[in-house]
Amino acid sequence: MTPILALFRRDLTLAFRVGGGPWLALAFFAGVILLVPLGLGAAPGQLAAVGPGLLWIAAVLAVLLSLDRLFQADYEDGSLEQLLLADAPLSLLVLAKCAAIWVTTGLPLAAASPFFAIQLQVDEEIIPVVALSLLIGTPALTLIGAVTAALTVSVRRGGLLLSLLALPLFVPVVIFGAGAGAAAASGLPYGGALMLLGGLSLFFLVIGPIAAAAALRLHLS
Amino acid sequence: MISSAGAASGAVRMSADHLVCVRGGRCVFSDLSFTVERDSLLAVRGPNGAGKSSLLRVIAGLLDLDAGAVRIEGLGDRPQATAIHFIAHQDGLKPQLSAGEALAFSQRLLGGDGPLAPILAEMGLVRQADLPVQFLSAGQRRRLALARLLASPRPIWLLDEPMSALDAAGRDLLRQILERHLAGGGLAIAATHDTLPVAGETLVLRAAEAGAAA
Amino acid sequence: MFASANPKRFLDLTAPYEPWLWGLASLLIAIGLWQALLVAPPDYQQGESVRIMFVHVPSAWMAMFVYAVIAGASLVSLVFRHPIADVAAKAAAPIGAVFTLVTLATGSLWGKPMWGTWWEWDARMTSVLVLFFLYLGYIALWQAIEEPTRAARAAAVLALVGAVNLPIIKFSVDWWRTLHQPASVFRMDGPTMHPAFLWPLAIMALGFMVLFTALLLLRMRTEVMERRLRAQRLAAAGD
Repeated sequence: MTPILALFRRDLTLAFRVGGGPWLALAFFAGVILLVPLGLGAAPGQLAAVGPGLLWIAAVLAVLLSLDRLFQADYEDGSLEQLLLADAPLSLLVLAKCAAIWVTTGLPLAAASPFFAIQLQVDEEIIPVVALSLLIGTPALTLIGAVTAALTVSVRRGGLLLSLLALPLFVPVVIFGAGAGAAAASGLPYGGALMLLGGLSLFFLVIGPIAAAAALRLHLS
Repeated sequence: MISSAGAASGAVRMSADHLVCVRGGRCVFSDLSFTVERDSLLAVRGPNGAGKSSLLRVIAGLLDLDAGAVRIEGLGDRPQATAIHFIAHQDGLKPQLSAGEALAFSQRLLGGDGPLAPILAEMGLVRQADLPVQFLSAGQRRRLALARLLASPRPIWLLDEPMSALDAAGRDLLRQILERHLAGGGLAIAATHDTLPVAGETLVLRAAEAGAAA
Repeated sequence: MFASANPKRFLDLTAPYEPWLWGLASLLIAIGLWQALLVAPPDYQQGESVRIMFVHVPSAWMAMFVYAVIAGASLVSLVFRHPIADVAAKAAAPIGAVFTLVTLATGSLWGKPMWGTWWEWDARMTSVLVLFFLYLGYIALWQAIEEPTRAARAAAVLALVGAVNLPIIKFSVDWWRTLHQPASVFRMDGPTMHPAFLWPLAIMALGFMVLFTALLLLRMRTEVMERRLRAQRLAAAGD
């Protein structure tokens, strides 16, 4: 357990020292939300209808941008080799890194999403559903992204490629995530969507670290 | 005194048997056999591209063999990966962590529980302990990387160009820790172009034979 | 060594059959097209535009089938490290991507008279579009990693992750359609199909399958040659 916790703490420390921790992701999120009314117009009711979906798309973009350096920095400075020699399975170490990056992106985005939902004039009754869907769904985004980040770790300027690989895999998460809010908005039951979202996060909690660890190993060989 | 003897107890011995390594359709080395006895050092020499780094990576388990096997005796139940230290070309240090934090992280990652202050003192990094690694010189970073060897006792040391960036004092430090490691029953393999400060056997790799894998 | 000898022997074995495959594919597709365009009657609802289906449906089948081939080959490549498997997976991907593109293009052509728009976010079309992006990502990953064995393993991991996801994607897209537009639009194929359409459809599907096999073998041959060229250049540099 010690190596896993140590890595989690180290990555959190680094996130706060280098990227300003959660503030960078939040500022980016706020910036995207600012562009929405400027791009779509702010006619009454218009923003509210698309609000939950837009929050999800902004979250996807924020997560994608954060993943670029998830493994690449470790790959470049030789830290990754040390992880392979650690007294813990690589998949669990990958999980620790995912947890650290989620704490500094997905979690703060979910926590702050009510404020941005208000800004987008989303119906107050739906706001908790949207926030909950982000809380449940963003781990899946991070874990899927970890696989594609690991696959592209040795590719220089791999950020664009990482996104191309991740986006089709994000489809179910975005559908159920934004769908929960949309269903709530039209008075339909949304519990099923949230359950499916949770199922996706659990599924990728298992698949993601294993696939990412396999991908990292092959890049070190 | 800092001792790595505890870790190296139950003296290990390594034998490599007809190793073959092919990468990207090119034969890096083939039919490579050697043994490293306890308390001895093997220097791996050869021109660039002869497969020195690949050999270390194979032993560390980072690179797959195409044929042959590396056997390590005397580990008991210990998994092979946790018996090996690998000091690669890159130091594996985060620029934003202080030297002390970096060493503490490494110890928690790789195992070990000894106090770190004496290790930093021995490696001449007391004043740098609270300084972010990005302010350290290349030689200081190398010494910090070598400090990992002492912080987490492991019986097998794989050193890729351990002398690079080290000045005369640094080389003397390397000699001291190597001698102590070997005296404690450990073994070490170092890929180098330089003369190592500790006597040992030498394995010379030749440049890959053209067309062997075509 | 076996890294290249094995694929070469496989291709030597298949070489004599390749001209026959090309001939068979041409014949089947020619008969299929003749049946589809001239013999089959127009549909009572869709009119002449139903004929697009004879290209669209077999392409859609092939788009999925080729991804299954890639996933299967990737599994073999990862588990058994058999070099022919990753050559096959790499060679199949662009062919599958083209089948997917043909599916999307014919679907769009069919949609214009049927739905009155070139693109409808219909559940099937949306799933196929996602599949197309999976293909693009897979091909791009092969391109991005220089070293062939490393690229092969990375692509294999991606293909398997994609294959595991495909049913989930399909399910989620269907769910999404019911959420946003419960009214079901006109379906292109269904349980009830006029037997006059069945034969040309089967012939076209078979023709596409043989065409895929011929293209795959051709592309695999090219890939094996490229690898040998690469190995020779590396060896030349190593002197």
